[in-house]
Amino acid sequence: MNNFEYAQPQTIPEAIELLATADNNAVVLAGGTDVIGLMKRFVVNPDRVVNIAEIPELQRITTDDTGNTWIGAAVHLDQVLDSRSMNAFPAIKQTIQGISSIQLQCQGTLVGELLRRPNCWYFRNGHGLLADSGRMVVHGDNRFHAILGNRGAAKFVNPSRLAPALISLGAKVRIAGPTADDERIIDLEALYRTPRSDREMENVLEPGQLVTHVMVPRDAGHLSAAYEVRHGEGPDAPLAAAAVSMSVVRGVVRGAKVVLGQVAPTPWIAAGAANAMLGLPLSEELAARAGMESTAGAMPLSQNEYKIQLAQVAVKRAILRAAGLDTGDIPSCMASAELI
Amino acid sequence: MADTKYSWPASHQAQLIGKRVDRLDGLVKSTGAAKYTYDLNLDKQLIVRALGCPFAHCRVVSVDTSEAEKVPGVVVVHLINAPKEDGPVEIQAQGTLIAAVAAETEAAAAEACAKLKVAYEELDVFVDDHDLAAAEAAKRTKAAGGGIELDEALGEPGDDDDESEWEDKMIQRLLVESKYVVEGRYGIDAITHCCLEPHGSTLQWEGNKLKVHLSTQNVSQCDDGFAAALGITADEVDVHCDYIGGGFGSKFQPNYWGIAAAEIAKKAGRPVKFMLTREQELQIAGNRPSGYIDVKLGADENGVVKVWDSHHWGTSGFNGSTVSVGTVPYVYKPKNIRRRATGVVTNNEPSVAWRAPNHPQACLLTQTAYDDLAAKMQADSFDIFLRNLENIDTPEKASVYAEEMRIAAELIQWRKYWHPHGKGHKRGSVVDGLGIGIHKWGGTANTSSCLLRIHPDGGVESYCGTQDLGTGTRTVCAMVVAETLGLPVDAVKVNIGSSTYPFSGASGGSTTVGAVSESHRRAAQDAIAQIFEKVAAKLDVPADQLEAIGGKIQAKGYGDKAMPWKQACSLIGIRPLEVTSNYQRGTASPLSNEGVAGVQMAHVAVDTDTGEVKIKRMVAVQDIGLIINRKTAESQVYGAMIMSIAAAIFEQRINDPKTGAFLNSELDAYRLPRLGDTGELVVHFHEPESERSRGVIGLGEPPAISGIAAISNAVCNATGVRVPTVPMTPKRVLDALRAAKANA
Amino acid sequence: MSEPTTDQFSRRAFFKGSGAVAAATMVSSEVAGQDVAASPNATRLIKGMTLKVNGKQYTIENVEARTTLLDVLRLRLNLTGAKPVSMDGSSGASTVLIDGRPAMASTTLAASVVGKEITTIEGLPANDAVPHAFVADDAQQCGFCTPGFVMAVRAFLNRHPEATDEQLRSGLNGNICRCGTYANIIRAAVSIVKGEQNG
Repeated sequence: MNNFEYAQPQTIPEAIELLATADNNAVVLAGGTDVIGLMKRFVVNPDRVVNIAEIPELQRITTDDTGNTWIGAAVHLDQVLDSRSMNAFPAIKQTIQGISSIQLQCQGTLVGELLRRPNCWYFRNGHGLLADSGRMVVHGDNRFHAILGNRGAAKFVNPSRLAPALISLGAKVRIAGPTADDERIIDLEALYRTPRSDREMENVLEPGQLVTHVMVPRDAGHLSAAYEVRHGEGPDAPLAAAAVSMSVVRGVVRGAKVVLGQVAPTPWIAAGAANAMLGLPLSEELAARAGMESTAGAMPLSQNEYKIQLAQVAVKRAILRAAGLDTGDIPSCMASAELI
Repeated sequence: MADTKYSWPASHQAQLIGKRVDRLDGLVKSTGAAKYTYDLNLDKQLIVRALGCPFAHCRVVSVDTSEAEKVPGVVVVHLINAPKEDGPVEIQAQGTLIAAVAAETEAAAAEACAKLKVAYEELDVFVDDHDLAAAEAAKRTKAAGGGIELDEALGEPGDDDDESEWEDKMIQRLLVESKYVVEGRYGIDAITHCCLEPHGSTLQWEGNKLKVHLSTQNVSQCDDGFAAALGITADEVDVHCDYIGGGFGSKFQPNYWGIAAAEIAKKAGRPVKFMLTREQELQIAGNRPSGYIDVKLGADENGVVKVWDSHHWGTSGFNGSTVSVGTVPYVYKPKNIRRRATGVVTNNEPSVAWRAPNHPQACLLTQTAYDDLAAKMQADSFDIFLRNLENIDTPEKASVYAEEMRIAAELIQWRKYWHPHGKGHKRGSVVDGLGIGIHKWGGTANTSSCLLRIHPDGGVESYCGTQDLGTGTRTVCAMVVAETLGLPVDAVKVNIGSSTYPFSGASGGSTTVGAVSESHRRAAQDAIAQIFEKVAAKLDVPADQLEAIGGKIQAKGYGDKAMPWKQACSLIGIRPLEVTSNYQRGTASPLSNEGVAGVQMAHVAVDTDTGEVKIKRMVAVQDIGLIINRKTAESQVYGAMIMSIAAAIFEQRINDPKTGAFLNSELDAYRLPRLGDTGELVVHFHEPESERSRGVIGLGEPPAISGIAAISNAVCNATGVRVPTVPMTPKRVLDALRAAKANA
Repeated sequence: MSEPTTDQFSRRAFFKGSGAVAAATMVSSEVAGQDVAASPNATRLIKGMTLKVNGKQYTIENVEARTTLLDVLRLRLNLTGAKPVSMDGSSGASTVLIDGRPAMASTTLAASVVGKEITTIEGLPANDAVPHAFVADDAQQCGFCTPGFVMAVRAFLNRHPEATDEQLRSGLNGNICRCGTYANIIRAAVSIVKGEQNG
């Protein structure tokens, strides 16, 4: 990696100042689990690295007086997992557990996870975010690429494992900067965008802006769960993922939010899947139907049609899991033949 | 003629041989104290990083080093594959090293590499090794041998017959006459060695002498490679390797980057450390050929295969070879076979030996078809595999296979869990299934010499130019010497890993345990014979009536006529007793042998909605002659099974179809099994006296062969559908299930 | 593992961060004091970096900002137990403990851990049960991944001293072993939980 200016601010205003004065070429460092590797591969070449991990304000999980939980940008995934405030949100806990690497859980931060750079081997091998306006992907090996939201140049998938869970729960993010007084709180899903040109990023952050917190709204008694289809245990990117949050009254679905991961350049809100369940009694059939609806409009590339089914299954299983029903899959981490 | 002077103790007499002994370097490794090549920091060393070619096929037209040289900390910029007077250099695989930079820090060297300005001229790329028709159309194929063997009972072609037409007619007739015919296409993708310690060296010049710490499986023979390339003599090169972070067949040579390291060190007048990056390690430092097969086999009403007709292809990179034609069909050898192989020339680095070269692929390509025969017959795979033992290429092993199959079946509870293909109980979307594979290997002992030095104070040192790849070689050396001298393991100071020690062959092909057991047992038996002579006079017992046991030299069966080891050694005189003993590869010996069988079975669960395959249990039953260290031997088998899981479910080299780029050359994308992916593994050594008495046989390769086929067969048993190509990724499993549905 | 402080206060106060401005840590004071770059509080070169590794203070001269903790450990302090295997931490081979928490030294900047307690495998007590269990159960072959695995197991057992087989299988997936020692690593870890290992 190229050398850079390293800065370790103690306050959010200091951090913003450092980011805003870096001539549009600063990166935020928190856990480092993604960005350092990309810097070593010369994919990300910042002039300045601003380490926000030591800002006390960002190291906390707090509950405000309305009962919403605010998770600072430097809070590690294991701390989120262990936090009592997360007990009401199985989707979040299941997803962090699913990373199943104690190092990534302890070193990685929640906001860092939400802002991991895209998964696309063309991008990560140095061909740019859009890899020749998507042509490298279309004509290349796209088995892991997007099946939804992929009509433009961006074919990569958003790599965040936690974004689907958090979006399904209505999470918001607080963005500070580019000046000390600027503060914006937006829905998490609005943080992401599908870039249309190489000048755009996969998120809406402007130079000098920093995601300081994630807010998880007060537990509204919703059921939630996440399900990832993985090729093997561990921190490697899942093939498809879904998270669901829903309110079920006397067995009938009264509200639901279904979000897919690993299938589109952004986390993908499957409104059709949620609508398909409204007012209907929860059952395996309904979960399956929601799964089918979740990929409406999918346009697979030459090699990734299988991901449509994976996404559908992930939705179905996330719903079943949220409802406490049997997902009918292979128990994770089987120790012996007797387990199934 | 076998040399009868040497022998192993009987099992009831052995004190150490066959027992479970902790590896001698265990704590050094598990506390991080072990120094690998990558870990050695020489005074004033420079760090070298190299620029790999970004294109899979191109010409390097020019290299401009000026910007790289300006990077602070850069000391030497060294051209490797750069144009010379005779014009541009053709590069045929991505990652081929163009130039290297030595700098004060690795970061500076890497930055300078990124600033090398190279002009390339791109050339046509071909990487699609699956697609034979495309390869033929692109003129990227090479005949790779073949032949036909027909049962003598079929007679001979008549004088008027065209021989090949007649043979073809015979094959067709045999297929037509077969009760069951299986026609299939199977495949196994290229994988890389992916040594966790990448290839490389840390080296320095001392005058004209080169001292190399090399991550190598071949300590005794890499000096020649350095010497020849650098214009010095092999005597002027010392190669050392105390610990090596993985080799698997890929680390036998200095490699051109090793030579470059020596040249850079010379230019800089300083020591250098030159290790490949992870990406380069996967791209250029070793891979295994792919193999794909079109096969037709015919069997009789009992499922005994009578005729095999196959054509397989694959790639070993730009040298255009494939899985050796002679290994297909594998183990099973029907009386009538016709086989042909075609190499596909792809823009990848040429393959190098990979643990059990050719065998895992040949096994998969063969035994999937055999299992599909069972599926077709709705017969028990176990029975089909058993019945076909009547036609194998090692008929003397048929009873060993049969017994090992029986044991393996018991351990995996075959009878309890077996169901006909595709007819198992489904729980949710999950089905489970059983599969089997069988394998063979040689495992002869390599050439090896051991210098044993016994000091008058009783100290024992052994010297041997072998290396410990993590297989436990050090511990084997100590156990063999200690057993022979009647001492505890820690009484022997083992010295290995240096070319300054007596020659020992490369560690490849499961030849090391035999090699060092031979040389160390011989040296120790030769030495103890001399000590017996001296003790005999003192104890008034004939030398041939003495034994060394429990730290004493004593009259056999008479514990009262004994002399403690130290006292016995004091009889040696002032100078230590030194014995050098040799074993020459290929010499018949009572100590070592070759030729093993082996059976593996897998019990898997398949999620038919997601295509995920999970190992529930895997069983390996392995005959291996005389086991020296049971503990490390078991570890070898566990590791081999996990490698089989890797190849069956996870790993594959993925080339971009258009640019040929190796897309998953970093570990975030090169999938390997992780700890939670391996299920329950069971190892059983089949070691009746008839096997034990054969002597030591190498164990590294055999258990790394048939597990892949066993897993593929288990998935087929579970789903009733063959996933034709491994690794069986979720995509491939789902594609196969969908295709089967469409056909049904 | 202690939970971050959870306290109730209004969002406004929270965001204004009143009272939250801590004194500059060692790194920023050193960084600021020896800055060679134009921007205040940002530096390209740390002239004297003090790191606390395995209980000892080391001062390392002229550390570029881009230097990873792994490079400092291996090349400046000659603590080579943590290994470079992947660029991005995928293998877990460079695992160390930072203030008791596992992290990959390969994806940690040295500058970011000034003032923290860094424990490498060399800093484990001689009687630590994990390395000994790895020997007893032969949970290693070539050994290159082993130090990273030992540190991961140590960190995992610190948090889950009663870990079950299944928990181990679902928590220790951050490391890669190529030789295939997983089966014995699980055995070693289970034996520690069961108290079969001393230490």
